[in-house]
Amino acid sequence: MAEQILLRAEGVRKSFGALEVLKGIDLEVRQGQVVSLIGASGSGKTTFLRCVNMLEEHDAGDILLDGEPIGYRMDGSRRRRLSEAKVSAQRARIGMVFQSFNLFPHLTAEENVMLGLTKVLGKSKAEAREIAGHWLGKVGLEARRGHYPYQLSGGQQQRVAIARAVAMDPRLLLFDEVTSALDPELVAEVLGVMKALAESGMTMLVVSHEMLFVRDVSHHVVFMDEGKVAQSGAPSEVFDRPDSERLQKFLGRFHGIFSGGG
Amino acid sequence: MGFTIPGTFTFELWQARFSLLRGISATLLASGLTIVAATVMGVLLGTILAYGWWPLRLLARLYVDILRGIPVLVLILFTYYGLALFGINVPAFWAGVIALSAFATAHVAENLRGAVQSVPAGQMEAAKAIGLRFPQRLRYVVLPQAIRRMLPPWVNTGLEIVKGTTLLSVIGVVELLLSTQQIVARNYMIIDFYLVAGLLYLIINFSIAQLGAALERRFSYLRY
Ligand SMILES: Nc1ncnc2c1ncn2[C@@H]1O[C@H](COP(=O)(O)OP(=O)(O)OP(=O)(O)O)[C@@H](O)[C@H]1O
Ligand SMILES: [Mg+2]
Repeated sequence: MAEQILLRAEGVRKSFGALEVLKGIDLEVRQGQVVSLIGASGSGKTTFLRCVNMLEEHDAGDILLDGEPIGYRMDGSRRRRLSEAKVSAQRARIGMVFQSFNLFPHLTAEENVMLGLTKVLGKSKAEAREIAGHWLGKVGLEARRGHYPYQLSGGQQQRVAIARAVAMDPRLLLFDEVTSALDPELVAEVLGVMKALAESGMTMLVVSHEMLFVRDVSHHVVFMDEGKVAQSGAPSEVFDRPDSERLQKFLGRFHGIFSGGG
Repeated sequence: MGFTIPGTFTFELWQARFSLLRGISATLLASGLTIVAATVMGVLLGTILAYGWWPLRLLARLYVDILRGIPVLVLILFTYYGLALFGINVPAFWAGVIALSAFATAHVAENLRGAVQSVPAGQMEAAKAIGLRFPQRLRYVVLPQAIRRMLPPWVNTGLEIVKGTTLLSVIGVVELLLSTQQIVARNYMIIDFYLVAGLLYLIINFSIAQLGAALERRFSYLRY
């Protein structure tokens, strides 16, 4: 694959106090690809995503978006933290969807999507409303644009959250276990939206425990174990030829799911 | 009928109408100025308490704890007589407004901090994720959600301020209480006129409480 590298992580480290959570993560996401992070609870998947979006500050290593370091600039050989305004501008190019939706409860579905469009991208209200309508339509919620979050089901809220992220026309979308807080019967509608996004060529970095989905949509799967990348490759490689006992064990937990398919 | 007979309540009330009006105006003006000043400064100080760089936060914390620990009357006397010692002469009315504002600011700040910190962390993170800058995150995401929790204690502070203006009588500000005292000194109708004053305070505070309740209804769509 010759697509350009959009996101590159090199030796990313992060500790919380004495606990080293990321022990040198190397990873690449190419334009238009879906890369999935899988791994046991506590292996550092969320922490890595949060570093990419600067919700956490990594201690060492580089995270480059379009070749540009995230969160700092080089001043000679010294790293200097970027200003709040520059960090915000970088974040605007990366969308993130959270496990707990985090819709703004005081705003309607439409206003949730419009906020970033008007205040960050400087679009007019009319233009923002049109874009919001377009994306709410894409996630099947055109008719709910005037609803407040508490008037929506979990699945609907999460689809609004996806619309809010993608409407900003980001270079990269991050998904952190976005179906984990949903009732089982609502999972499919959200995964369906994500799959459609993937097929439209959106570049996505996805943390998920939905192994069938991961296998189905990912170009590349990364297995994280105790803060390191233990194995990565095409889904067929990672799922069918796990090269470590720990990956085998991890996948073993999902065996019921795979027994029907490949 | 009683309007023409000295010594009747209606006559004396009519005689005292201008004094009472002046007293009410002073009370309303002092209260209004204090509420506005304390709200503006309290929001600023509360923001520092919640998000400020730590040395600033420490100073803000010190201010809030000290001001909340001193009786308002002491603050008023200190502002009026204390500043005069340093050659700063502030008219009594303004000394009172400054002291009350300084006091109420501490309360509003502490309320704001509590309300802001009760907004789930995920809200700030979602606001960051769409690229909003800090002031925008506060203005469009955090404060609109904090306001509902701020309202009840804020109304309380407002009521305390109105009642607190009576203390300005001590430094000679002719607000509603002192004007009532002056009226009573002329006509000796003690019970009647203190009842009138009490009723007027009640009306003012009842209006503030109603306004607060209306605002709360206005924000009732905020749920988690
Ligand atoms: N803010 C924090 N302070 C201290 N420790 C943290 C913090 N955030 C995460 N950790 C710790 O870092 C480790 C990795 O957490 P992380 O959330 O990245 O794991 P994860 O792979 O996303 O797990 P899960 O599948 O359960 O979501 C855990 O041991 C967690 O307790
Ligand atoms: Mg996680």
